[in-house]
Amino acid sequence: MSVFVRQPGLLSLLQDRGRFGQHHLGLTTGGPMDLEAFLICQRLLGNTPDCTLIECSFGGLELDAQTETLLCVTGAHVALHINDQPKDLWTTHRVRPGDHIRLGRAERGCRSYVGVAGGFTVAPQFGSTACVLREGIGGLNGSKLAPGDLLPCATQTRRQRLQLAPGARPKYTTQTTVRVVLGYQHGHFPPLQQRRFFSSPWTISQRADRMGYCLEGPAIACDIQGIVSEGICFGAIQVPADGQPIVLLNDRQTIGGYPKLGAALSVDAARMSQLIPGGTVHFAAITSQTAHNVLHLQQWRLQNLPLHPLAEDA
Amino acid sequence: MELRHAGENAILISFADETAEITVGPREAAQVQAAAHAAREVLQDDLIDLIPSYSSLLVIYDALRTDHFSVLRRLRGLRHQIDAADKNTSGRDVILPVYYSTESGADLEQLARKSGLTIEEVIRLHSATAYTVYAIGFAPGFAYLGHVDSRIAAPRLATPRQRVPRGSVAIADRQTAVYPAASPGGWNLIGNCPQRLFDPAQSPSMPIAVGDRVCFMPIDRQHFLHLGGVLP
Repeated sequence: MSVFVRQPGLLSLLQDRGRFGQHHLGLTTGGPMDLEAFLICQRLLGNTPDCTLIECSFGGLELDAQTETLLCVTGAHVALHINDQPKDLWTTHRVRPGDHIRLGRAERGCRSYVGVAGGFTVAPQFGSTACVLREGIGGLNGSKLAPGDLLPCATQTRRQRLQLAPGARPKYTTQTTVRVVLGYQHGHFPPLQQRRFFSSPWTISQRADRMGYCLEGPAIACDIQGIVSEGICFGAIQVPADGQPIVLLNDRQTIGGYPKLGAALSVDAARMSQLIPGGTVHFAAITSQTAHNVLHLQQWRLQNLPLHPLAEDA
Repeated sequence: MELRHAGENAILISFADETAEITVGPREAAQVQAAAHAAREVLQDDLIDLIPSYSSLLVIYDALRTDHFSVLRRLRGLRHQIDAADKNTSGRDVILPVYYSTESGADLEQLARKSGLTIEEVIRLHSATAYTVYAIGFAPGFAYLGHVDSRIAAPRLATPRQRVPRGSVAIADRQTAVYPAASPGGWNLIGNCPQRLFDPAQSPSMPIAVGDRVCFMPIDRQHFLHLGGVLP
């Protein structure tokens, strides 16, 4: 029982929640860039949060169902067609053997999550199926999806179809504000430089990928050039000598020696991951306490999503 | 030992000023290792991941199960235990075979010439030191070992190679490493280690960990090939 990949689009990767507890080997976490859209997809499908889904960046994915199951697409605004019929995002759809599923080009946002009930059943490596291309680990043989790939999954005929209330769906635009927990090295950035960082609009450069988003704007100066290499957490904002910040994301290297201002809040980094080069980012400083509150509120929100049951023939 | 906020769910335990030149030695490495053991013990299931490096340990915790006040309190309680860490009580000793030669180490001849030494002297100096594993990163299984004898220290190549063969033993400044897989790289290649340093199919996938001590044992060409070594 499986789903056949007809066209993978530019970049489609299998991802579970991420690879944890392996940093001591130099392995990064991987996992979904937009955790919110990923987790909502799992909820709609009735899955646990650690099931394996497809993260399709920029759209263009085409699949053929080879078994009966529920399918759901969340995240970026794309045109979704099943057998050439337009279908809603943030909604589970019943698919049967022979059904053709097609995602158009991503219009607003750039990361889509495509899942089936129970997720895709591929063997984990180092405790996770998250595919990290740089490491050649996870997914199917550490590679991005290619035409002809078969993604094993279970038959599921009973689960209830669900839809996320339209008002609760994230709205992706071309700009976002990222809240930042100041880190221990921020004192090496003079006050004027910090004000410049937090008051300037930043443009996402062409060098924006799953490792990190490089930003363009006024150069931010730092008292120190480099540091003894140390561990890097998710969202860490490095400022190399050219003064252009880099927000380090899911596929980041685990250690590094550039000074850091702080770390982006994960909830906001997920929204930023939906932006493409040319998008605009603003930063706002928050305390650890505020960050903690936001994480708990987000958890509550994800556990209490307005999910509406749908009739079978809808 | 200092505890510092790194992000929404990360605290850095540092044992030296990170802006100083690398003056880190086996004492800091032992402290980092002791901190890693202790952090695992006190944080249990609240712990998500640990990143040991030269003189610091990044602790990543589950912010939905606990909070930074609790994590800081529990980590502070370890201060005495960690500061007392003895460099002789931690880490294992690992011996890695190396075929040092100009055919397995493309930069060996040039490094010897620039150092004003013979190739034999370079090999002798590189294999005479017990190195400490200070950090693992850059790529899966890439271990940073220090410190190389200053007589054979060499800066990175001006132009990195597109492809460094797997197993290459290399020097950059006073660090040395074995490339666990073929990859681009700018370090000076002096030999090749036939033993796999990172194998996802094996358990454990790496024969060494941060805090271990590594010695290199020179082997000849025949022995190298017998151990499964591959010449570029």
